[in-house]
Amino acid sequence: MSNAPVDNSRRRFLTIATSVVGGVGAVGAAVPFIASWNPSERAKSAGAPVEVDISKLESGQLIRVEWRGKPVWIVNRTPKMLEQMKQHEGNLRDPNSEEPQQLASAQNGYRSKRPEIFVAVGICTHLGCSPTFLNGSFGELVEGTDSGFFCPCHGSRFDMAGRVFQNVPAPLNLEIPPYTFIDDTTILVGEEEGVA
Amino acid sequence: MMKKLVIGLFALLPTLSMAAGPSVPLMEANNDLTDNASLQRGAKLFMNYCLGCHQMQYQRYERTFRDIGIPTEIGKETLIFDGSKVGSHILNAMDQDDAAKWFGAPPPDLTLISRVKSPDYIYTYLKSFYKDDSRPFGVNNVVFPLVGMPHVLQELQGLPTPITEEVEENGQTVTKVVGVETDGTGEMSVDEYDQAARDITNFLAYVGEPSRLQSEALGIKVIGFLVIFFILAFFLKKEYWRDVH
Amino acid sequence: MSGQVDKAANTGVVGKVVDWIDDRIPMTRVWNMHIAQYPAPKNFNFWYLFGSLAILVLVNQIVTGIWLTMSYVPSAEGAFASVEYIMRDVEYGWLLRYLHSTGASAFFVVVYLHMFRGMIYGSYQKPRELLWLFGMFIFLALMAEAFMGYLLPWGQMSFWGAQVIISLFGAIPVIGEDLTQWIRGDYVISGATLNRFFALHVIALPLVLVILVFLHIVALHEVGSNNPDGVEIKRKKGSVAEEDKPKFKFHEYYTSKKDIVDAIPFHPYYTVKDVLGVAGFLILFCAVVFFAPEMKGFFLEAPNFEAANPLKTPEHIFPVWYFTPFYAILRAIPDKLLGVAAMGASIVVLALLPWIDRGSVRSIRYRCGFHKVNIAQFVVTFLILGWAGATPQTTFSTILSQICTVTYFMFFVLLFVYSKNETTKPLPTRLTK
Repeated sequence: MSNAPVDNSRRRFLTIATSVVGGVGAVGAAVPFIASWNPSERAKSAGAPVEVDISKLESGQLIRVEWRGKPVWIVNRTPKMLEQMKQHEGNLRDPNSEEPQQLASAQNGYRSKRPEIFVAVGICTHLGCSPTFLNGSFGELVEGTDSGFFCPCHGSRFDMAGRVFQNVPAPLNLEIPPYTFIDDTTILVGEEEGVA
Repeated sequence: MMKKLVIGLFALLPTLSMAAGPSVPLMEANNDLTDNASLQRGAKLFMNYCLGCHQMQYQRYERTFRDIGIPTEIGKETLIFDGSKVGSHILNAMDQDDAAKWFGAPPPDLTLISRVKSPDYIYTYLKSFYKDDSRPFGVNNVVFPLVGMPHVLQELQGLPTPITEEVEENGQTVTKVVGVETDGTGEMSVDEYDQAARDITNFLAYVGEPSRLQSEALGIKVIGFLVIFFILAFFLKKEYWRDVH
Repeated sequence: MSGQVDKAANTGVVGKVVDWIDDRIPMTRVWNMHIAQYPAPKNFNFWYLFGSLAILVLVNQIVTGIWLTMSYVPSAEGAFASVEYIMRDVEYGWLLRYLHSTGASAFFVVVYLHMFRGMIYGSYQKPRELLWLFGMFIFLALMAEAFMGYLLPWGQMSFWGAQVIISLFGAIPVIGEDLTQWIRGDYVISGATLNRFFALHVIALPLVLVILVFLHIVALHEVGSNNPDGVEIKRKKGSVAEEDKPKFKFHEYYTSKKDIVDAIPFHPYYTVKDVLGVAGFLILFCAVVFFAPEMKGFFLEAPNFEAANPLKTPEHIFPVWYFTPFYAILRAIPDKLLGVAAMGASIVVLALLPWIDRGSVRSIRYRCGFHKVNIAQFVVTFLILGWAGATPQTTFSTILSQICTVTYFMFFVLLFVYSKNETTKPLPTRLTK
C-alpha cells in the first residue's frame, strides 16, 4: 500500500531530465518579461545624445541642458575660477578624481576635456537634488573660493570642477557625462568616441 | 525548412472572409520581408512620394533603418528630409484639418495599412490608377473607386488608361473598369514600375509588423525546444504509467 | 518524486522548515489531500487534459496581462498608440501582446472542449450539478472578460463591437435605453467606457475568475472526478473486496467515507500526463503566437488595426469567433428583444443541463443511439452557428441561423424527453481502459 514507484534509474533519469529541460524553458520564458523592463525605444530616443551650441556661452556663465531627463551643466569657467580651484585641494575628499565619476578623458585637474569648459551632471551625489550655482557668493561657505555649487537640500558643497568638499553629506564628486566636441563651439552630450 | 512548413500549414486554413471587399481580384504582391534591397528601395520611394501626405506616426526612423539594414548616418542624410532626429517617429508637417479640406478626408496614417488591408491590396492599388477626367485629380482607381488621392507615382508609371468591359448587372448592361493599361509616358518600364510598387508594398508590410522576422526566427527555436520537451515528457509519462494496470 | 510527505520522516533542514510551516498552515495536508493522495479515475483520456490547460492559459493571461498594463494607456486618446508602443518600442512587447491576444482565443478553445467533455460524459449529472454551475459562471465571467478586453486596443472593431453588444441591453423594456447609457457613461462608447472596462478587465473580473476557478476545483475535489465510463469510483464503504482496492495510498479523507476502486493518485500519474498535454498544447499555441498571431483574421481582426473612429463604421462588424455562435442566434430572430432573449436563453439552457438531462447513465458510451445522434447534431449546429455569426448577413445565412437556432434548442428539448426512459447499455462494474 504505497505510492512509491518501483525505483529505477530510468525513472529517475527521465524525471531529472524533464525537470531540467522544463526549468530551462521556464527561465527562457522569463526573458521577455524581464527584457521588457529595459528602456524602450521611446525612452532611448528621448535619452539620445544632445547637441549644445556653446558659441554664446560667456565666461563665467552656466547653461543647463536636459540629457536623459537629467540636468547637465555646461560652464565656461573664468581664469580666476581655474586658479582658485587649485588652492583648496586640501579640503576635498577626492581631489584627484580617483573615484569612477568620470571617463578617463576628464580625469585631470580640471575634470574636463578643455580647461575652461566644464560639463557635469547637475545632480548631488548625496540624495539627488540639483545643487545651486553660487557665482561669486560661494566665499561665504568656503573661504578663498568665490564660486562653487551648493546643494540646498543637505548643504553639500562642490567646487568649480564638481569636486566635493570634506565634511558634507555627499560622498562623491559630481558625475561627468560622456561628451564630445563636434567642433569648437558644439558639444555632443551623451556620447564620447570609443564609449557607448 | 521547418519555418516554411509551419507557415505553409497556416496558409491552408480558410481566411475570415471579407466578402464585400474590392470587386476585382487582387494581384499577388509576392513581397519578401527578407529582401533588404527591396525594403530600402521601398523606404526611399515612401519618403519621396508618400510621406508628404501620409505619416507613419507609430514607427521610428532609427528602428526602421536598423531593421532594413541602412546605417544610421546614411539614413539620416538620405531619408530624413525634415531634420527630424533619428529616434523620432516618421511624421510630416501636414495639418490634418487642411488635408481634410483638400482631399475630402485626411490622408490615413500608413503605419498599419498593410494589416488593415493586405500587401496584395496595396500592390494592386498602386497599380490600379487610371485616367478619369471626371475626378478632381483626373484619376480614379480600380480597387478604390472614387479615390480622393492623386496618382503620386504618375511621373514613374505614366497615366494608365482604363480597360473596360460590358457586364450585365440587374438586367442592364453597364461598362465596368476591369484593368488598366500603361500609356508609356512614365520614367519606368512596366516591369520597373511593378518592382517599385512591390518595393513600396514590401516596405509597408514591414512597417505594419516590424517584429515579423524576429518573431519567426524566435518561434522556430521555441517550437524546437518544446518538441524536445514533449519527447521527454512523453517517455516520462510512459515510464510512470507502467504502474497503472 | 514519490510525492508522499510523511510527517514523521521530516528530518534535516528542509524537513524542519516543512514542519514549521505545517504547524501554522496545512501545507502538507493540502498537498496530500488534493494532489499526492487525491484519487483520480485511472481511465482519463485526451478529453480530460483541457481542465489543466485552462488553468495554464489563465496563468498566461494574468501574467502577460499584468505586463501589458505596465505600458498600456487606458484613455481614448492614448490607448491605440500605446498598443503600437508596446508592439514596436517595448522590448519583446510584441510577444507579450501576442501571447495575450492568442491566449484569449486559446482560453475559449480549451473551455469549449472542456465543456464538450462534460457533455459527452455526463459530468454535470448528480452529484456534480454545482460543479457544472460554477463552470458556467466561469464561462460567463470569461465572456465578460474577453468582451471588455477587446475594447481596450481601441481599434475600429473594439469600438463598434462594443457599441453593438452594449446596445443589446437597449432591448430590455422600459429601462433599456437608460441602462445602455449607464453602462457606457456617455451617449456613445467613449473614454469613460474604456476606463471602466479597463478597471473591470484588469482587476474585478480576473479576481472573480480566480475565485470561481478555486470554487470549481473545491467542488470537483469534494465529489471527485467523473470519467469516460461515467461509473463512480467511490463505492459504499465495505462493498469492495480488499484485493479489488488499488495498491496506492489515498488520503483518509476519501477512504474513511468510501471504498475506492480503479483510482490512481493525481500525482505523479496525472501530473506527468498533464505535463505532456501542456507540452503538446504549447507547441500549437506557440505556432500561432510566432507565425500567425492574426490567425487569418479570427484572433485579431483586420479593422482593429485602425484606430477607433466614432464617425465611420467598418463594412462588417463581427464579434471575435468565440462569440459568433451566440451572435448568430441573436441575429436569427428578427425582433430585438426576442433576439436578445434567445441569446440569453441559449446560455441558460446550458447551465440547466443537469436538470434537463433526466438520465441515470452518464457517459455517451452507454447511452442510447439517439443520444449520440443528438450530440452530433448539436456539434454541427454549434459550428454552423459559429460560421453564420462570422459571415455578412445574407438571406441564406439568416435562414441557416434560424434553422440552427431551432436545432440548438431542440437538443435540450429532445434530451429532456428521451432521457427519462432511455434504453441504455449495461454499465460495467469496473472502469474500462
